[in-house]
Amino acid sequence: MSWIIMLPILLPLCTAVIMIFFRRSTALHRILNAAGTALMLGVSLVMLGSVQTGGILSLRIGGWEAPFGISLVADMLSSVMVVATAFIGFTTALYSLGTIDREREHYFYHPLLQLLLMGINGAFLTGDIFNLYVWFEVMLISSFVLLVLGGRPEQLEGAIKYVTLNLLSSSIFLAAVGILYGTAGTLNMADLAARIPLLGHRELLSVVGVLFMITFGIKAAIFPLFFWLPASYHTPPVAVSAIFAGLLTKVGVYAIMRFFTTVFIHEEAAFIHQVLLFLSAFTMVVGVMGAVAQYDMRKLLSFHIISQIGYMIFALAIQSPLAIAGALFYIIHNIVAKTNLFYVSGLIQRLKGSYDLREIGGVYRFYPMLGLLFLVPALGLAGIPPLSGFWAKFIVIKAGIDSEHYLLVGIALCVSMLTLYSMIKIWNEAFWKDDPRGEGSVEDEGYLLIPSMKKVMMVLPIVILGSVTIVFGFWFEPFFELADKAAVELLDSGAYIEAVMGGRS
Amino acid sequence: MTFMLAVIVGVLYAAGTYLILRRSVVKVIFGLIFLGHAANLMIFTVGRLTKGAPAFVPEGAEAITEPFADPLPQALILTAIVIGFGVQAFTIVLFKRTYQTVGTEDLDKMKSTDQLPGDKS
Amino acid sequence: MYSVILATASRYLLVLLLMFSVFLLLRGHNEPGGGFVGGLVAAAAYALYFIANGIDAARTILRFEPLNIIATGLLVAIASTLPSLAAGEQFMTAVWIDTGVPLIGKVGTPLLFDLGVYFLVLGITLTILFSLAEEDRP
Repeated sequence: MSWIIMLPILLPLCTAVIMIFFRRSTALHRILNAAGTALMLGVSLVMLGSVQTGGILSLRIGGWEAPFGISLVADMLSSVMVVATAFIGFTTALYSLGTIDREREHYFYHPLLQLLLMGINGAFLTGDIFNLYVWFEVMLISSFVLLVLGGRPEQLEGAIKYVTLNLLSSSIFLAAVGILYGTAGTLNMADLAARIPLLGHRELLSVVGVLFMITFGIKAAIFPLFFWLPASYHTPPVAVSAIFAGLLTKVGVYAIMRFFTTVFIHEEAAFIHQVLLFLSAFTMVVGVMGAVAQYDMRKLLSFHIISQIGYMIFALAIQSPLAIAGALFYIIHNIVAKTNLFYVSGLIQRLKGSYDLREIGGVYRFYPMLGLLFLVPALGLAGIPPLSGFWAKFIVIKAGIDSEHYLLVGIALCVSMLTLYSMIKIWNEAFWKDDPRGEGSVEDEGYLLIPSMKKVMMVLPIVILGSVTIVFGFWFEPFFELADKAAVELLDSGAYIEAVMGGRS
Repeated sequence: MTFMLAVIVGVLYAAGTYLILRRSVVKVIFGLIFLGHAANLMIFTVGRLTKGAPAFVPEGAEAITEPFADPLPQALILTAIVIGFGVQAFTIVLFKRTYQTVGTEDLDKMKSTDQLPGDKS
Repeated sequence: MYSVILATASRYLLVLLLMFSVFLLLRGHNEPGGGFVGGLVAAAAYALYFIANGIDAARTILRFEPLNIIATGLLVAIASTLPSLAAGEQFMTAVWIDTGVPLIGKVGTPLLFDLGVYFLVLGITLTILFSLAEEDRP
């Protein structure tokens, strides 16, 4: 059964290869993209099911025994993240059908999307640190190309900042891997978890820990390493922004989660948790402050990503089982809500011809249902009950109070208010106020000219993601149990070590 | 030998850090390449240098005898070099295209994506 | 920039270098060499031909689109992982078949994987080269 771990990585690769062969037929690309991601979603759900019943799956590539070869490991955390990836990949594939122009499709938009998903899945599933670096690079290079596809000046400018900082992070990653190998003599995460408590050279381990924190911090966009994110995320087409916003930073958060709860759990790591706690407060505040100041919808949402990352890091740094479960639930909720908000902003742009909130208005008057579609993720993100964000914030804050971080809890609650404020700002400006250019402007008619198939493809993902936000809110318990199980598993590194090092499957 | 390599790694890091802080995109690329090489060389150095002892099991023996050079750092570096090569090639093309499209190679002038819309200065 | 000597030589060198690249690919079995180096040498052969005779001639003699070569390489590499599943081993475990034929000897999936790498490297290098060459054209 363990070969199923390979499928979320192999499937997108196969799809991409077939697409390259038939590169002239963009129609085939579209079908393959949607079908491939749907299949990936199915496979990842099966994998989650089998991990839930049968425990941690591990696959030793090439049949090499665990610490020597590369292991792929699917525990609860990984499989949940893979399901989320496949799900967002699927909705993005649908949304791309409605929004991506022929030119981009011709320049390998669809294969690149598949390769991006492959990189993300690989990063979630690998059990080896150097392999994690390789998957990061796979993910990065496809995201680089997706970011610049189209070649408009602002895209290239944004890409320079994105590429430079991410390459810097890669070289720090490499350095950290080198020192870690020199100190511990292994790069298998399970083996490291077992060996690190026994090692000498504790000061070198602290250096490695801090280097990893900076690397993953850049990827996850925590304060003060986030500056590439608001500079670049608003430049590509909105389908690309949406999948970046939903998934890429969460890979960084996942890496922090995996690293500082499974591998680096010795007493020196407590220092890193303190630093993360401190940074999480700044991340929350600075992100939301940036968002409040913006008028471009996509920029506003980009700053929100940072602020939300702060909550996840806060929960992670607390390190209690409840907090880790909260962080995981927060990640999943945030992936869904954030991607959805980007989709909605793309739809509004299609209707009104601009992302700038000062130039548009009157959406509610003509498209009241779109107002509903916007409010579900927006209020969900702000944490209004009974939507998913309420539960996510509730658990995180409960964990914060339990561990007596009252100041941080207070900050988190204030940031919540500001989040709500900035969502209301979009609502007021785009939906509520009258269109400053008068009614029935040209763009409204332009929207009528979009083929109805494309309209369906733009609205359907929003509806799907919106209903997931509602389902998370109303049927919260089974999802929380899942997150709780994952958290318990994550904190019990013994089981992980056992599954990877001794598992015969 | 280890000491010399350590010095080289240090110099590469210093030069790389200095260069990525410059305003010219060309220098930034060189900085990134230097940092990549520094990291590779560091993996090589911390993997412990052993001269003239390839990790082969001699014929007839069951296990390898000490001392032998650890082949893993070299495999890691090879992978990192290939990845770095691809990424750097992409970066160079990207920077060239940016220079052609935006018309400047001064990073301080590339700030349109960070400005609030409206305050064009 | 057309040089008769180079153009004539490149025609023969192309064949020689391609043969050498296949030799390197097969030698990678047990000795230094392999798909990566072989692919690079093969790419160098076409690069030399392109420098001597121009991009159009190089494309004609290559016959296949470099992108198709990349895709073929990936496909071969993926295919090399399948026998391990059929044999019920861990993913990507090497499967060897002893043909018993002298000179060929044992044939296995690592060779297939190397072949995939060979095509991949050849395709990628030529894609980069050709697109750089065609950028200068109006």
